[in-house]
Amino acid sequence: MHKTIICTVCPLSCNVFLELGDNDEIVSLTGNRCPRGKAYAAKEHTAPERTLTTTVKARGGIHPLLPVRTDKPIPKEMLLEAVQAVSDLEVEGPIRMGQVLIEDFLGTGSNLVASRDL
Amino acid sequence: MKVLTADTAVIGGGPAGLAAALTAKKQGADKVLIIERNNELGGILQQCIHHGFGLHRFKQELSGPEYAQRFIDMVKKTDIEVLLETMVSELTPERKIYAVNSRNGMMEISAKAVVLAMGCRERTRGALRIPGTRPAGVFSAGTAQRFMNIDGYIPGKKAVILGSGDIGLIMARRFTLEGARVEAVVEVLPYAAGLTRNVVQCLEDFHIPLYLRSTVIEVHGEDRVEGVTIAEVDEAWNPIAGTERYIECDTLLLSVGLIPENELSTQAGVAVDPVTNGPIVNESLMTNIPGVFACGNVLHVHDLVDNVSKEAERAGRFAGRYALEQGEDWKKRVKVIAGENIRYVVPHEIGLDEPVEFFMRVQRPDENVVIDVGGLRSVRQRSIRPSEMLNITVTPEMLKNVTGDSITVQVVTLKEAEVRA
Repeated sequence: MHKTIICTVCPLSCNVFLELGDNDEIVSLTGNRCPRGKAYAAKEHTAPERTLTTTVKARGGIHPLLPVRTDKPIPKEMLLEAVQAVSDLEVEGPIRMGQVLIEDFLGTGSNLVASRDL
Repeated sequence: MKVLTADTAVIGGGPAGLAAALTAKKQGADKVLIIERNNELGGILQQCIHHGFGLHRFKQELSGPEYAQRFIDMVKKTDIEVLLETMVSELTPERKIYAVNSRNGMMEISAKAVVLAMGCRERTRGALRIPGTRPAGVFSAGTAQRFMNIDGYIPGKKAVILGSGDIGLIMARRFTLEGARVEAVVEVLPYAAGLTRNVVQCLEDFHIPLYLRSTVIEVHGEDRVEGVTIAEVDEAWNPIAGTERYIECDTLLLSVGLIPENELSTQAGVAVDPVTNGPIVNESLMTNIPGVFACGNVLHVHDLVDNVSKEAERAGRFAGRYALEQGEDWKKRVKVIAGENIRYVVPHEIGLDEPVEFFMRVQRPDENVVIDVGGLRSVRQRSIRPSEMLNITVTPEMLKNVTGDSITVQVVTLKEAEVRA
């Protein structure tokens, strides 16, 4: 099995080629032009992660929404579930940037934090 | 009419205006004023809730509002005055600004120096002349972004996005996360216009198809968009007969470029470069109107806000100095010419006593090249592309070697032997 992962660490956008074994394990990894590319491609194959950014309802501010984010990346396959999980969340101003809204968000070890003052 | 004065007046409170005001203030001016038409500072960053901002500047990936907040907090620690919900209607060559808001009515502001930081607006369907009916549901991507991220409205349930610039890609993800469907992203170029990272994280992550060398050739629907017809295009971007395909959707988003908002500038007599659509400036980012400076997206469209801040700090510093000294000594100027594979270079002309940071874009992608700045400095680049702005600084030491009245910036492609060397 083969797989190509485009590295997104820097604008060079290397095509990293992965040769995979029977259990999907990485047998070889080529095409990266730096060590960061190797680490990225390996992670992207085994456990891809993304930072979630979205909005939640807010009262008492100048806008009806507050932008929020996870303070660390969360597993990629949890993105849609994570957005669903905050769809009913409503916060009350004043809010400070960086304020933790949900601790250990969905058990990911990442916190959901406010992205601005409101 | 209320009459005000300022040492430095900054028009626009986005990332460029904020950074310019801060450095103008640091120069020692008593009164620095930011005039902003929105009800808060931060500009378009406030609706860019995704992260990826500030890697160069703050060495971490911030969201747009987080990046803006850092500068807003710095402004709040100073006595920089901010006029919100205030629209500038006219700028004169004598640096009088006419502005209006609902608290003061009409105002006349006399400024010793002015910084233009009005940013851009988006190209619209009219600019592309897409045939078809004219129903509701056609939005520029940035407008849809504001509706979704600030006002709390989802513009549609089933979208097609024309243009694969970063805003279009980001909106494809945003629609998907909020439960709407994105049927396709359609791009006229043979490659995605936005960053690879956004193609991966916004399209591939959600299995959204990207159609390259294609465009929207017709919009359907009476009251609301019911669908669009897309088709492949030839080298000259003309649709190829027989490749038409109908896609049902209720929304068409356009992410097809930005236009620097220079109506105020040209009204004041500021000369504009037809390539950048922004003012022609010298190394202090001053326009041909003495005491009027420009920075950020109103000067040329940037891809990184970090570069906007850096450029604006330069404009603010020179504007602040101009305000204090009232006038600057026009030293020897050298024209900067865009040579082989360079689309444009900012600034357009330079003096020789200060370090100069050149911002430039190339015309076509290439690999293993050297950017030659008038024989003064050469910088090797592994890969260049039009979507990524380059910046190169030259020092006064290097500028001593200038002999003629112009320097040419050009791309030199390395031969194989030179690449290995």
